[in-house]
Amino acid sequence: MFAVENGLQGDPRLQAISDAIRVIPHFPKTGIMFQDITTLLLDPVAFKHVVDIFVDRYKHMNISLVAGVEARGFIFGPPIALAIGAKFIPLRKPGKLPGKVISEEYELEYGNDRLEMSMEAVKSQERALVIDDLVATGGTLSASINLLERAGAEVVECACVVGLPKFKGQCKLKGKPLYVLVEPSQLEEITF
Amino acid sequence: MSGNKEEEDPRINGIKTKIRVVPDFPKKGIMFQDITTVLLDPKAFKDTIDLFVERYRDKNISVVAGIEARGFLFGPPIALAIGAKFVPLRKPKKLPGETIFEEYELEYGNDRLEMHVGAVEVGERTLIVDDLIATGGTLCAAINLLERVGAEVVECACVIELPELQGKQRLKGKPLCMLVEYR
Repeated sequence: MFAVENGLQGDPRLQAISDAIRVIPHFPKTGIMFQDITTLLLDPVAFKHVVDIFVDRYKHMNISLVAGVEARGFIFGPPIALAIGAKFIPLRKPGKLPGKVISEEYELEYGNDRLEMSMEAVKSQERALVIDDLVATGGTLSASINLLERAGAEVVECACVVGLPKFKGQCKLKGKPLYVLVEPSQLEEITF
Repeated sequence: MSGNKEEEDPRINGIKTKIRVVPDFPKKGIMFQDITTVLLDPKAFKDTIDLFVERYRDKNISVVAGIEARGFLFGPPIALAIGAKFVPLRKPKKLPGETIFEEYELEYGNDRLEMHVGAVEVGERTLIVDDLIATGGTLCAAINLLERVGAEVVECACVIELPELQGKQRLKGKPLCMLVEYR
């Protein structure tokens, strides 16, 4: 579900957010129009809009845990967690977290990768939000949902700044709702 | 905050007690300072950010640069609260578009820190944030990157300092603000 489908149609903040995201063609490889959120972070007003919109949505949903996917989820997750009084849990690449961890494999285009979470971070039945900058295939978010559910948490929603248009409507990831602020700009390269 | 004991803010002890020390991680002999347990305590995490924000809000800082990846946990909340830009300093090949890099030494071999060209303008007053300062190698590389583009590094801010590694001496004369020492 996109923000415009859920009460934010015409909200000028969404246009400001979309305008602040830079598109880099053919990164990390040919054919991919990379949605670069670092330019959004260079615009303190637009960055704050992102956090404000998510905080307004989640502050009354009794969320006690925000999980952010390494590394760009670390940029958006903590400000939301701090504002709603929730804990923040980093979901990390293998070998980065000390202590006991659980891990979940997920598919890449070629091969697999793994996401890890501290086993002691989650209490049973906590209501959790998962955050990342962008959702494309949904593979990373699905792995995140799996990790949190294995630890006994209830994933309330996954939230991303940018999402492919296929996530409009009541689209769900592993049965969990997805909330996205903006679509990618210039999804297809314009050629003349 | 890196000063006298008798001036120590009461919030600091609360933060210190939340830091988990994990022995022999990532390898034998290292007492790893795990800040993820601070993030699990909303009050301790908020206090950490508040302490830095109180220090920097009136210092005309327009850029907060955070070192990947744990600097990304603390830098953005500080940047948002003081109205500054956030600039991620990243491992090689993560940033798209035009970048500059600075090499620094590891125990065995080298690594690189990258920054976007054009993210920081000449003369911008900058804060560099990371979770911890050990030898100071990474922070020194960060200072170099920012100075190369003409920024003014005002201070480096870390939650934890390992004073025995003397990282403070490697900051090209820039001051360090830290909350908790681990000896």
